[in-house]
Order: sequence, then C-alpha cells, then structure tokens
Amino acid sequence: MSTIFLFAILLLGFVITFQIAKASEYVGILKGEKKNNEQNNRINGFLMIVFLVLGLIGVYWCNELFKGKILGKAASDHGEKIDSMLYITIAITGIVFFITQILLFWFSFKYQYSEKRKGYYFPHNNKLEMIWTVVPAIALTVLVGFGLMYWFQITGEAPKNAMQIEITGKQFSWIMRYPGADGVFGKKYYKNINDAENNALGLIWDDPNTHDDIVVGTTMYLVVNQPVKLIINSRDVIHDVGLVAFRMKMDAVPGTPTTMWFTPKYTTDEMKKMTANPDFEYEISCDQICGKGHYSMRGVVKVVSQEEFILWRAKQVSNYAQVMKDKLPATAADSVRTTAVKVDLPVKFVASTK
Amino acid sequence: MSTDLTIHGPGEVVVSHETHDAAHEGHHHKETFITKYVFSQDHKMICKQFLITGMIWAILGGLMSVLFRLQLGYPDSTFPWLEDILGKWAKGGKILPETYYALITMHGTVLVFFVLTGGLSGTFANFLIPLQIGARDMASPFLNMLSYWFFWMASVVMITSLFIETGPASGGWTSYPPLSALKDASLGSGAGMDFWITAMALFVVSSLLGGLNYITTILNMRTKGMSMTRLPLTIWAILFTAILGVLSFPVLLSGLILLLFDRHGGTSFYLSDIFISATQKALPNEGGSPILFQHLFWFLGHPEVYIIILPAMGLVSEVMAINSRKPIFGYMAMVGSLFAITVLAFLVWAHHMFVTGLNPFLGSVFVLLTLLIAVPSAIKVFNWLTTLWRGNIRLTPAMLFAIGFVSMFISGGLTGVFLGNSTLDIHLHDTMFIVAHFHIVMGVSAFLGMFCGVYHWFPKMYGRYLNNTMSYIHFWVTITGAYLIFWPMHYEGLAGMPRRYVDYAGWSSFRQFGDLNRFISTVAMVVFAVQLMFVFNFFYSIFKGRKVTTKNPWQANTLEWTTPIRPGHGNWPGEIPEVHRWAYDYGKDGKEFILQTEPLGADEQHH
Repeated sequence: MSTIFLFAILLLGFVITFQIAKASEYVGILKGEKKNNEQNNRINGFLMIVFLVLGLIGVYWCNELFKGKILGKAASDHGEKIDSMLYITIAITGIVFFITQILLFWFSFKYQYSEKRKGYYFPHNNKLEMIWTVVPAIALTVLVGFGLMYWFQITGEAPKNAMQIEITGKQFSWIMRYPGADGVFGKKYYKNINDAENNALGLIWDDPNTHDDIVVGTTMYLVVNQPVKLIINSRDVIHDVGLVAFRMKMDAVPGTPTTMWFTPKYTTDEMKKMTANPDFEYEISCDQICGKGHYSMRGVVKVVSQEEFILWRAKQVSNYAQVMKDKLPATAADSVRTTAVKVDLPVKFVASTK
Repeated sequence: MSTDLTIHGPGEVVVSHETHDAAHEGHHHKETFITKYVFSQDHKMICKQFLITGMIWAILGGLMSVLFRLQLGYPDSTFPWLEDILGKWAKGGKILPETYYALITMHGTVLVFFVLTGGLSGTFANFLIPLQIGARDMASPFLNMLSYWFFWMASVVMITSLFIETGPASGGWTSYPPLSALKDASLGSGAGMDFWITAMALFVVSSLLGGLNYITTILNMRTKGMSMTRLPLTIWAILFTAILGVLSFPVLLSGLILLLFDRHGGTSFYLSDIFISATQKALPNEGGSPILFQHLFWFLGHPEVYIIILPAMGLVSEVMAINSRKPIFGYMAMVGSLFAITVLAFLVWAHHMFVTGLNPFLGSVFVLLTLLIAVPSAIKVFNWLTTLWRGNIRLTPAMLFAIGFVSMFISGGLTGVFLGNSTLDIHLHDTMFIVAHFHIVMGVSAFLGMFCGVYHWFPKMYGRYLNNTMSYIHFWVTITGAYLIFWPMHYEGLAGMPRRYVDYAGWSSFRQFGDLNRFISTVAMVVFAVQLMFVFNFFYSIFKGRKVTTKNPWQANTLEWTTPIRPGHGNWPGEIPEVHRWAYDYGKDGKEFILQTEPLGADEQHH
C-alpha cells in the first residue's frame, strides 16, 4: 500500500514539474528569447556559487561526521606506512581539488553572460601550459617516489624470523595451516582433497612433513610483534585475503600461491582497549568476488602474546592425528600397530612444546 | 597545415556524391519506412538508433542499481512487490545473494559497454563525424548500419540472458575465471555466462565495424580545407577513441574465446588445481593461470575507460568553447593530451592487478606509467578552466553539463592518484573507494558529457529544443545527487569496506555505515527518477518541443550548423562547404563568431 502511495506522490510531483516546465516555456516565449536567456543565466550563475559554497561546507561536514569511523589505528608496521602515504596523497590532491573546484565554479559565476562583456580571444599561451605540465609532473614524481619506496618495503622479502602460515580460501571460508614443530609444510595435492575424510587441503600423508601440520578453520593466531609471512592459496576460485586493520590485501589464486608479510603491532586485547570497543576483532574479509557467499566469507585473526600462542598451539591436534584417530576404530587389527606409531608423532610434538 | 591529401584526396569522392544527391534532391531515393527508420544507412538515423537503444539500456541498468541499492540501504526490510517482479529471485521480498550478484554484474556490463561505449560513441561518432568534417555520410554507410544491428543483436542476447532459468552472468562485469568458467561454482556461471560471452562477441564486432568506419571517414573524407588541425576537438576525441577500440577490443574477444574453450572444450588456459566444494570433485585441469585472463581482460578493460571518457571530453571541449564565446584554450595541447592519454592507455592495464601476486617490480613500472596519465589529464583540466576565464559564459543546459563534467572529472581523477599508487591500492583495492572513484570519473563524468552532447545537438538532431526548465532541474539534481551518492562512499572505502557485499551486518569492521548506506540508496532513487524525467523530456520534445527557427541557434563555428535545420540524407543540399579556418574563432577581432567556412580576411592571421 505504502509503495503505491509513494509511486502516486512521485507521479504527482512529476506532473507538477512538467506543468511548471511547460508554463515557463510559454512565459519565456512571451518575454522574448533574449530576456529569458539572460534570466536563466543569472539564476544558474547564482546557483553555481551556491553549489560551490554548500559543496565546500558539505565536504567539511562529511569529514567531521566520518573521521572517527574510517581509519582506525593501523595495526601493523606496513599499515602505518600505508597510512602516511595516504596522508601525503590527501594533502597534495586536496590542495589541487580545492583550487580547481573553486576556480571552476567561481569562473562560471563571475564570467557569466553580460551584454557589456566580450569573450577574450586567448587561444594559447606556451608559458602557462608549460607551468601546468611541469608542476603536476613534479607533484606526481613526489607521490611516485614515496609510493615506490613504501611499496618495495612492503613487498620485499619477509624477515628470516617470520612465522609462516598458510591460508587457503574456498567457497566460502578460510583454512589455516601451521607447519608444526619441524617448521616445514608437508606436501599437498589438490586431488587428495576430501572434506568427508577431514583432509581439506589435500595433504599427502606419505610425506612425513605433513604429520605435524596443524590445520584449523576460520581463526588465525598470530604473535604480537613477530613478523608473519602468509602463503596464500585457493581451493577453487579467486579469493582475496583482506586484513583491514593491518591494511594488507592479497589475492588467493588457484594454482599460483601468493605471499605477503607484515608485523602485527597490537594484540587483539590491546586493540579492544585502544578502540574502546569490547567487540573488536581483526577480521579477514574476502575482497574478490567469489560467488554467492562472498559477503559472508569471514575469518578472524587473534593476535596474542608469545606465551598465549604457545599455549594455544599446544592444544592443537595435527590434521594427520585427527584423521588417524577417526580411522582407528574401523581399521583392521593388524594395521592398528603401524597407525598407532604414526599417531605417536604429533602426540610427542604436543608434549615437547609444553 | 593542410596536406595535399586532405585537399585533393576526397574531392573526387565528393563529386560523385554531389551529382547523385542533386539528382535525387527532394524525394530522397524512394525511402520506405524500413529503409528510413529501421535499416537506415543515414548516419544521422543510425546515431538516433544508437542513442535511443542506449537510453533503454541506461534505464534498465539504472533500475538494476536501484534494486541492489535497495538491498544495501535496507538489508533488513522486505519488499513484497520485489517478489512480484523478480519471482524466485526475490523470495519473500528479499533480494537473494544470487540475484544481487547478477544485478551488479549486469549493471556494470550494461553501463560500461552498452550505454557508455555503444550509446555514447555510437551516437556522437555517427552524428558528428560526417557533419563536422564535411562529408555526406560515413565511408561505408552499409558497415555503419551493420555496426548498429550487431549492437542490437548483442543487446537481444544480453537481455535474453536475464530470463533464463539459471539467471544471467553473475561473476562481476570483469567475469574473472575460475568463477566464470565453472558452472558448479556459481549459478550465474551456467548458461548465463555463455549468453554473456556471445553478447560481448557481437558487441565487439559492432564496435570494430563502427571504429574502422570512424577512422576511415575522419582520415579520408574531410572536406576541402579541413586539415587535421582544423578539426573540432570532438572529432579528434572520437578518432582516438576509435583507435583505442580497434586495437584493444580484439584482445578482449580472444580472452573470451579462451574462456569459452575452458568452459566447454576441456582446455586449461585459466584453470588449475581446482576442487569444487559444491560437488566435492577435483577438476582434471592443471597448469593454467587465471591471471592470464586478467591480463587479457584489462588490456581492453583499461583502454575501455578512455573509450568512455574521451568522447565526453571532446563534446565538453566543444560546448565549453562555444558557450564561453572564446576559443578552446591550448588547442594543440588538448590534441596532444588526448594523444598522450591514448598511448598511455595501453601501458597501464596491470594497475588493476597490484594485489594478484604480480611481481612487485613490474607493479612499480605500472605505478609510474599510471601516474603519468595524470599529467595530460591535468593539462586538460587547466585548459578548460582557462577557457572559462574571461569568457562571456552562456549557461545553457549543455554548458551546465560541461561544467559539471569538469568538476566530476577533477574529483574522480584525483582519487585515481590514490588508486594508481600501488602502496595505497593494497588498502583500497576492491573497496567502496574504487567504486566511488570509477563511478565519478567514468560513470557520472561520461554521463554528464553525454547529456552535454545531447542538450547541445538535440536541435540539430530533431529540429526542436528540449524544455529548458526540465533540463535545468535535471542538471542540478543530477550533479548534487551524484556528489551525495559518491562522495561519502570514499569514506566507506577508506574504512576498507569491501565492494560487492550483499550485507555488512556480520562485520564488526564495516557495519558502522548502515545509516550512510540508507542515505546513499535514497539519493540514488531520487537521481534515477530525475533521469526518467530527462527521458520524458527527450521524447516529448522530439514531437512537441519548441521549434528551431535558425540554422545556427548556438552561434557556433562548425560545419554542422551550415546544414539546413533538418538536413536530409547527404547533409548539404548543394555543394559541401569549403573550410578556411579552425573551429574556434570566437571573439576574434571583435566578432562574436566566425564560421569555419568564412575565408580569412586580407590581413587576418592564421591561428
């Protein structure tokens, strides 16, 4: 009902506008074209200046309204670089924005048609044109310079002490893998993937390096102030690991692993205090359209202290151990022995980390 | 500056046309309804066909955005009437995620290709090239007609895809594989994707037929005295647009053909290491790279944004000079910057791919080349500003849109400096910031340029004026609305809010913008309604508008204003006029304007 009402109002407004428009056209003809044009010119010239003034106020107001909601504290060292680059860019483009917009609307107002004025024949001026070729070129050189300096710092090699974590996207969730105590990721092959048998990444059990690999869904644990290198994979379509608070982003491409590294600076708890938001979480968002569940492909990063991390990891059972435990009751008696030996490995690992 | 070729080359062709035309003066070679309005070979009719088809597409594409903005603005509400319209796609009055993704995909495809490429270039290239260079028609009127009808077929196929059971393509207008290649990965990657590829192939054919024709006509069929440096900037812009299209659209087509092979031929150009969760099956494909598609796509995709914006720049330059009553400032710099943009357009495509795992060094090269584009863009903006300076500005509706274009182009161009910088792109990539950026710089700007063209040349097209009051309302609501919609969207993007999300409620990092989204959606609907008013004004004025009584209502210099008020096929009843000067002698030697056909005075300087 309200929809019909809305449409009726819309239609009515439209009819009224049309009638006014038609009437004003007749009035214009009565007044004479010249006079009518002059009047239109005055009105629109005035509106140019109104638009400029209201626009500038609007820009200020919009900024006041949202400045607390946009860039929370950058939670990684890379993020801080990106933020400084952002402020440099805002400063330079901001100056250009205000100068050019003000000139544009001011000229449109100031030089509006007048019977007394003639257009000034001014086809070109090499000096002026040189100025506005060279000045933007210099400004952009500054921006490119800063930009590339940060870019190479951010995309350069990860430090040697970086913790390595593999993150794999699938429709529509994230899978994390830690290499375990040996620090080596075991081999995997996508044709081994079997969700029913708890092998979400297609790990090859014949490779002993897989045996201590820890595989968890959704939540990634990181150690504060320790660099982390993410090895990014996808199981199906292209996804993207978006880490908004760390200001980092990298596509997950099936068949082509990608990497990125950064150093988280604050634990989740510290961020909760700093943002005065008890619900704060570091979120992993998918930033590349990946199907109908794209918008809900949420992961979480928990940044914790070294001690908390060791405690957490100690509680984890390796993927291999889980699989073998599941298989155990069903396995024939003679294979129990060999399986048991294999299961032994991760148990030992868990003990040793304690 | 005139070359021998331009003076003597086309002369012979013109003679044969003239005798032909003179013989048929008055009865226009036995035209029937079909040959006059449907399979017409008159460039002016083909222009109108492109324009009106483009308008229908624009309404459809705009409507799609209203529907998905409804979801974004009011994620918790239900609208039973949506189910009436969309059926199973809006079960219970809520737009399903599948529907949402289909809508954004089609919105992008329709507006980028069918409206702002087909509609904009098709309309003004067809209309202005022969009229402004002084030719009877295009080099090949028949190919020109085919160009429209391929566009029409592409439109039919694309529209059909909206009605098939699995819905239209829904992997974004960029249709990246593997998502677009695997029917099990997404509903829209079923038959809808095949329709999409077919429609795009037909569209590319249309674009190439048109583009080759535009280039040939501009280079070979200029009237006597019309050297390249006497061309209006509209024609220069259209020439560069056509060159861009001819060189880049085939690359898109090849990319799409490989995609088709991957979909149906069992090839692995783009596919590798894929396990589909929905079917629990691993695919046999190994060794392909989805990044290859992105390279092929953006090799067109980036020039495409210039294909959209260059014609608008041309139209705006022309209208701005005419209504400022002074020459366009820095004509050669304007041509030079168009040329620079055209060349650079081919060298920046990978800036869409900074976060795909691209080699960082390669990325840095693309940063440099990308930011280089800001230089010719800045030259253009400052030249427009100087054109306004000390002018005697007539604020006609066309002029308002031209000024609005410059404002939007500045705003959108400056945010391009953010995104072209790979360091910032890491944070801003695929957020609402990029949505705001490209909507302003190529969506709204190109639309304003297109409106500027329509308002300015409508009297030449139909022999009538559009209603002024509605035109002024149209302008002020559109530019205000566009800023209200897209300005705050940058803030969402700075907060990292990803694009292409159905609902942000589940995200503690992004849900703070619920009110803003509602505001944006509401404004979007108002702006859409006002565009409908423009459409009404357009069709109403074709039949009922105030009649044009003089040949040259805007007191402009270019050749189209020397034709009769309603020119027939062939444009000039007698001989094609000869050109003696450039197109921008406004306010020279105390004269208001000097037609290009007027010979130079005895002691007058060449420009």
